[in-house]
Amino acid sequence: QEMEDKVISPEKAEEAKLKARYPHLGQKPGGSDFLRKRLQKGQKYFDSGDYNMAKAKMKNKQLPTATPDKTEVTGDHIPTPQDLPQRKPSLVASKLAG
Amino acid sequence: ADIISTVEFNHSGELLATGDKGGRVVIFQQEQENKTQSHSRGEYNVYSTFQSHEPEFDYLKSLEIEEKINKIRWLPQKNAAQFLLSTNDKTIKLWKISERDKRPEGYNLKEEDGRYRDPTTVTTLRVPVFRPMDLMVEASPRRIFANAHTYHINSISINSDYETYLSADDLRINLWHLEITDRSFNIVDIKPANMEELTEVITAAEFHPNSCNTFVYSSSKGTIRLCDMRASALCDRHSKLFEEPEDPSNRSFFSEIISSISDVKFSHSGRYMMTRDYLSVKIWDLNMENRPVETYQVHEYLRSKLCSLYENDCIFDKFECCWNGSDRQVYIVMTGSYNNFFRMFDRNTKRDITLEASRENNKPRTVLKPRKVCASGKRKKDEISVDSLDFNKKILHTAWHPKENIIAVATTNNLYIFQDKMN
Repeated sequence: QEMEDKVISPEKAEEAKLKARYPHLGQKPGGSDFLRKRLQKGQKYFDSGDYNMAKAKMKNKQLPTATPDKTEVTGDHIPTPQDLPQRKPSLVASKLAG
Repeated sequence: ADIISTVEFNHSGELLATGDKGGRVVIFQQEQENKTQSHSRGEYNVYSTFQSHEPEFDYLKSLEIEEKINKIRWLPQKNAAQFLLSTNDKTIKLWKISERDKRPEGYNLKEEDGRYRDPTTVTTLRVPVFRPMDLMVEASPRRIFANAHTYHINSISINSDYETYLSADDLRINLWHLEITDRSFNIVDIKPANMEELTEVITAAEFHPNSCNTFVYSSSKGTIRLCDMRASALCDRHSKLFEEPEDPSNRSFFSEIISSISDVKFSHSGRYMMTRDYLSVKIWDLNMENRPVETYQVHEYLRSKLCSLYENDCIFDKFECCWNGSDRQVYIVMTGSYNNFFRMFDRNTKRDITLEASRENNKPRTVLKPRKVCASGKRKKDEISVDSLDFNKKILHTAWHPKENIIAVATTNNLYIFQDKMN
């Protein structure tokens, strides 16, 4: 009887680990997902109408500061660019979404 | 905001500039050599601090533009003032740093505090005279090179003609003249017609130190392209393509990510160039495109940790590398790692060393102790196991004095300056 000894490189072992955790991970290794995330850095969504209205009204008052948990972005609270949560395109989302 | 994002010595080594995430530039000046204290040449003191870039918001694209200084490059000194280029993701600025150590005193019509004198009390004429004052260092923006980059600027490089420079973003490289801010020439454009076809981005670019027509740019796929501006106006076709062949059986999900080149630096002679990818430093001979002449493993023990390094995003960390100063006898390359470790490789002796930049483990003026990471198996005394490495303590930026054996190493928030021990 002959047994073939298969030595898995550490890199391949790590890959297997990753695939086990995220089975839907993109078929294209290290491809466009990362690149697009990289190119989109800094994207925030922002209503310039709200912002300019607030600036006009608040000319003599202090700008409202965000609550610590930063959940009030629209509605009661006038958003400013600084208040918006960092909309970092989540790699976690893309791992699961595939 | 205090996170250091770039470190650069000027051409003489007298000045050391750092840029940070808050858009500030801090310049340190080497202490002049003291006859009685000749060993203190590694002392640097703060010389000037200024706000280079402010955060901006592009309302049209809903894009936040970070004020973080990505790169600083010094111009060679031509007169009493010093000039440097600093860049964030979108805008490059030329700053003039000048000293003022005299001021005029004795105005005819003004008092010393600036108030105007009553003209009827002026009975004699006196001419102001320059008198010494406490040194003041002033930084002023001389040129602003804006609106030329759709994507994020990762590199700037001053040409050996000292008149032009290049700026590179993820997909394009532009050529500027230092005097002209309202136009730049696009010399490389790798943006595909259909963004779905995007497979690689530009990660770094640098002009050749001697040939003003030659530059290189590296990619996220681990290739380096050398371009000659004499060949055509748009250098989309490379003159040379440097790529190490990959064994297809070794290919994994991580292969492309860890092959992405984070920095490229020409040697002082221009004969070689060095590239840094996630796990190694490679030296290339410009005359040989099919493989590097030397490869140095920075932290090979991380290969069995790639899964978690991918999950915590560390696999995307961009480490820089640098050559030693222009000592013709010695060739050492330096680069950073995790746990506040940095590595040096001596190309002649093939020896390497791991050192640590931290206050807890090193008292000032003591010789640094070499460190060793234990990859697996029994950990010897004084060794550190891979699992106890702190991946938040990264040394991404290092710089070597152009003439002396003095190095600057930036940890997340601190700048360390080391010099070789005196005999």
